[in-house]
Amino acid sequence: MSVLLFLFLGALLQKFGLVAVLFLVTLGIAAYSTYGERKVAAFLQDRVGPDRAGPFGLLQPIADGVKMFMKEDFIPQGSEKWLFILAPGIFIFVALMTGAVIPWGTTLTLFGANIDLQVTDINIGILYILGFTSLGVYGIMIGGWASNNKYSLYGAIRASSQMISYELAMGLSVIAVVMLTGTLSLRTMAEMQSGFNWTVIYQPLGFLIFFICALAECNRAPFDLPECETELVGGFHTEYSSMKLGFYLFAEYINMFISSAVIATVYFGGYNFPFVDPAWLGGLMGPVVLFAKIFFFIFVFMWIRWTLPRFRYDQLMHLGWKVLIPLAILNMLLTGAGVLWFES
Amino acid sequence: MQPLTNRSKVIVNKEMSFMERIYIPAIVGGMWTTLKHFFRKPATVKYPDEQRPFAPVYRGLHVLKRDENGAERCTACGLCAVACPAEAITMVAEERERGEEKLYREEKYAATYEINMLRCIFCGLCEEACPKEAIFLTDRIVPSDYVRQNFIFGKDLLVEGVEPEKRIDVTVRQKHIQEKKQAASTQA
Amino acid sequence: MTLAIFLTLAVIAVITALLVVLSRNPVHSVLYLILTFFTIAGLYILLNAQFLAVVHIIVYSGAIMVLFLFVMMLLNLNKDTEPQKSNLWKIGGAVAAGMLLVTLVGAMRGGIELQAAAQPNSQVGLVENLGKVLFTDFVVPFEIAGILFLAAMVGAVLVGKRDLKL
Repeated sequence: MSVLLFLFLGALLQKFGLVAVLFLVTLGIAAYSTYGERKVAAFLQDRVGPDRAGPFGLLQPIADGVKMFMKEDFIPQGSEKWLFILAPGIFIFVALMTGAVIPWGTTLTLFGANIDLQVTDINIGILYILGFTSLGVYGIMIGGWASNNKYSLYGAIRASSQMISYELAMGLSVIAVVMLTGTLSLRTMAEMQSGFNWTVIYQPLGFLIFFICALAECNRAPFDLPECETELVGGFHTEYSSMKLGFYLFAEYINMFISSAVIATVYFGGYNFPFVDPAWLGGLMGPVVLFAKIFFFIFVFMWIRWTLPRFRYDQLMHLGWKVLIPLAILNMLLTGAGVLWFES
Repeated sequence: MQPLTNRSKVIVNKEMSFMERIYIPAIVGGMWTTLKHFFRKPATVKYPDEQRPFAPVYRGLHVLKRDENGAERCTACGLCAVACPAEAITMVAEERERGEEKLYREEKYAATYEINMLRCIFCGLCEEACPKEAIFLTDRIVPSDYVRQNFIFGKDLLVEGVEPEKRIDVTVRQKHIQEKKQAASTQA
Repeated sequence: MTLAIFLTLAVIAVITALLVVLSRNPVHSVLYLILTFFTIAGLYILLNAQFLAVVHIIVYSGAIMVLFLFVMMLLNLNKDTEPQKSNLWKIGGAVAAGMLLVTLVGAMRGGIELQAAAQPNSQVGLVENLGKVLFTDFVVPFEIAGILFLAAMVGAVLVGKRDLKL
């Protein structure tokens, strides 16, 4: 009995440890994404970027964090106080929750113990991610509405309609992958793509649709209409200051990180790489490969932001409803036909 | 209408072809352009750490030079004030007393010498007019201030220090003016 | 353990459902409704129906309630624009609600006698089983529901396009 309890506690401790590590890594990557974003923007524009705080400006995120904490925390008059405070919390909470189902690697052997590098392998992992990304919009909507500011409300409304429009195409492109792999579990999907058997080879159109939708879901340029500075003075977070604004900005980078992780896992083989066994280095090779892919996609996200201009609102809706959804349905049909053809 | 230049471009609102309408080639082209810039050397000059050299034609805050012994070169002849198109320069001349040879080079010197930096147009005619090579425009920038009165620079701000480290190097500017004067005289 | 979780979720569900009706601000109502949906999703998970739970969250919380909230935010809802209802309406509403109550009580009474007839297969909520059941036993209702949605969509388009040339 006591042995069982000990094992149970050990497993629990392992999971807690993994969650804590994942949490810290996510926050760290989000913090350094802000730095990376500014550096990438600078390099793309022939500038230097932040280089004052520490060597190459590496301490810039810490300086930014200190600044965020030191700023005056302001709650505007006429706002819904509790919702105003709650909204950034919801946003960052939802953003952090999605990391739980992503398989970061196979198993890690540490001090003789085998640690499963995935918080939970629920058999509907991809749906879980879709569900939580669809909830992220509440943080924006509640925050925008509670601010009692018309620009914030505009931002919130834009965010919600954009999210609904692009979620559909995203889900449809994912369905094609599910038909191909026959599973909803991200772990199984990653396992099936060993070597160079990546899904993107079979699903180039689906990947393109998913990528565009991921950009839109993260409110990244060229789909950053909810927070566009030129029209909406910052959109839904116009009235936010101090660490509440910090939460919003942070959560956006977390979303970007998670989106990159999902893209890498679903379409680009996850922790697999040709001629590289994810079990090398005591299982550390898997996370290394996956993070390399994730960083590449984060870079692509930034690269796109600093290249393409923002969409106009009607163009956004046109692209979402009249281009991406029909394309996604076509992709689904083609995949279904292909699966039928090769199965029989 | 007759076009004035050949730069004008006729706008054609023609139907886009399929390849143009899917935008992807254009997007890839744009991404390629920015990627090329990614590997380009930054054009930034980290200003307080590194400064770009000024052109010899740059005309900033004036300096009243001393000679190698530390005596003021200015003799208060007033030619600079006469040459000044903005009438920014005023001075009061005084005769050198016995024992002041270390301070002033010639028998006459400027007791007060003021330039109104708000009037000055930094044309550099004063340095060309000066027969004693006493006044030069340097690469320093006139500091900003809230009070108009503070823009009238007296000798305390204009005359360079005696100590070698407080001397202001004007050799580049000096050479430039000499060349200019020579060119003018050969033309004449 | 399961009972405790069930009770917590159920109590929260009932309280938030009441708050949906009782709160003055329609936006608050919508937010409480979202909470209710979450607790219901939790109940689905207790029934080992993860797929249903996640789809419930995606569809109801993630899409439909967003649309609700969207509309609520666009409407200018404050005290001045609230329509004054006559007493006739109030009486009518009370009678209708009472009739619904009677119907529900009647239905419940029948239900209690039925009991949980047989212990249902606990694996029925998983994706594979659900899909199989939907496309074999319940394929006709499933397809009819699909056609119903299509009809609703066409109707919405018709309503939206005022001068549609047919």
